[in-house]
Amino acid sequence: MSTNSFTLTDDMRERSIGVESAPTMTEVEKGHIARFAEAIGDDNPAYTEGIPETGGIVAPPTFLRAMRAVRPELPFEIPFTRLLDGGSDWEYFEHVRPGDVITAVGRVEDIRERTGSIGQMLITTIKVTYRNQSGAIVATQTSTSIRH
Amino acid sequence: MGQQIYFEDVSEGMELPVEVREPTTRQLVQYAGASGDFYEIHYDKPYAESIGLPGIIIHGALKNAMLGAYVTGWAGPAATLRRLTCQYRGMDFPDEPITAKGHVTRVYQEGEQNLVDCTIWLENPQGQQTTPGTATVALPARSG
Repeated sequence: MSTNSFTLTDDMRERSIGVESAPTMTEVEKGHIARFAEAIGDDNPAYTEGIPETGGIVAPPTFLRAMRAVRPELPFEIPFTRLLDGGSDWEYFEHVRPGDVITAVGRVEDIRERTGSIGQMLITTIKVTYRNQSGAIVATQTSTSIRH
Repeated sequence: MGQQIYFEDVSEGMELPVEVREPTTRQLVQYAGASGDFYEIHYDKPYAESIGLPGIIIHGALKNAMLGAYVTGWAGPAATLRRLTCQYRGMDFPDEPITAKGHVTRVYQEGEQNLVDCTIWLENPQGQQTTPGTATVALPARSG
């Protein structure tokens, strides 16, 4: 269970916001896209054979989750062990295709402390930016996670 | 794959067709493998129970993906998803029906794009919205 002594100071907040994760680079494989589509139960042929409208095979919208973006490291000790995913906000700019090399970088956008029904919580908002090998942003994913 | 929805055919308040899915534990294992999220609460029942959960729970990210499949399936092959949001408000469990529902909230043009905003969500068998979300899709126009 969480301790009661944790306080998120203004200084800790300021030092956290803007912290970026180490970039991860992953090559997108055709077979991985097909396995992901099968796992989410989506039989859209755009993900397996490609369709004229998408100009070939593309990845499903949340496939970028599998690019293993790493969490930015907070610059202080976190006294909580449990982690809940609060939700995601995706914006899409370009299709992701087999052969793309995706670089993912997470950035701390916000950090707050709150006390709710599950006790004291630390809520972080992290925005992951995904770029392809041309440097174009293919998507961003802003996620909220709750530690308690 | 469904048929194509055109911008002219969409109006505010229009409902998306209801879809029912029933993810199995096997599907959660498939998702763990495909996504790389191997947190034990999604396939190891004794572990899930040991940390106070009622049982294995569905990955939030899989529910996110289900909402993505739901809205893109409705919008059709020539539509482009611009934005997808969702919040994880409640747990969902494998081998229970999950119902996807939604409706159109806004129909508008921005630059060259014909955009439609939708409110979408997943409901558990008790009718609670465990995973509310929104989506913005760009649709083709009949008039080209």
